Amino acid sequence: MHDTNLVLGGKDFTSRLIVGTGKYATNDIMRQAHEESGAEIVTVAVRRVSLPGKGESILDFIDTKRFTLLPNTAGCYTADEAVRTAYLAREAGLGEMVKLEVIGDARTLFPDVQGLLEATKTLAREGFVVMPYTNDDPITAKRLEDAGAACVMPLGAPIGSGLGIRNPYNIKIILETVSVPVIVDAGVGTASDAAIAMELGCDGVLMNTAIAGAQDPVAMARAMRLAVEAGRLAYKAGRIGKKLYATASSPIEGLPDWTS
Amino acid sequence: MKIMVNGREMDVADGLSVDALLAQLAVRREYTAVAVNREITPKASYASVALREGDRVEIVRPMGGGAR
Repeated sequence: MHDTNLVLGGKDFTSRLIVGTGKYATNDIMRQAHEESGAEIVTVAVRRVSLPGKGESILDFIDTKRFTLLPNTAGCYTADEAVRTAYLAREAGLGEMVKLEVIGDARTLFPDVQGLLEATKTLAREGFVVMPYTNDDPITAKRLEDAGAACVMPLGAPIGSGLGIRNPYNIKIILETVSVPVIVDAGVGTASDAAIAMELGCDGVLMNTAIAGAQDPVAMARAMRLAVEAGRLAYKAGRIGKKLYATASSPIEGLPDWTS
Repeated sequence: MKIMVNGREMDVADGLSVDALLAQLAVRREYTAVAVNREITPKASYASVALREGDRVEIVRPMGGGAR
């Protein structure tokens, strides 16, 4: 079946799975997991270098010709910090795309919606391709789109929680509310969660912990790739409606007569 | 003179340039960005920007991270 690409900032991506680079036991496992995931975009954090500056860089394990780097502003609690982090990432040569996080609270890591909107406006005006991590709130999603976001990234559940898509109905409403791509970010625990997001009609799924924290991250990366592809295909194929009672698949006509 | 680099106090030569600081600390240049007193220093200015006493320097680069 023909499918369109995921378009972000004028770039086309055939994979609809975006993966992270955190929490892997080793960089080599990360590299293998990236390979198996089929992802074309990987997220990275921007942090202080350890001093003195010897030692390997995570970019020794990411083929930047193949993968598009998506710097995030994880750990930023104000719009100002997030904006400065995005500028630093751009200056570092990581490009114009930014996964914008403005965190409101350390325990839940839920977004600070007010700060998020402010930072989205600023960065979009400055030419960034802003990909904001947000609540599963359709009103906020619409405001982010109006503020210039290139997509919206509602959480399925809290970051790292593995609780799956807790409010599929809100995600569905977001899909009907905005015209930019909708990418579920955070909360995915296993392959079925990713498939559910895609079956709802989401344009993509972003995850880190579900793969990096699995007992076999490389196998889970493959599972996620298949789940995202399967979910997308099922969405495009158009599922049957749900009914309370059975509908026979075999014809009633032509049954032999066993009555004596 | 004393400056702060990534939150650590360091004693460096007066008027040290950003470029010389990076060389002194053996920092790899690719995918690295520098901010001095919260303002980003463009790569083209590394050699010409002279650090001053009390400057707060941040040197960053991509690290493993995520999204969840």
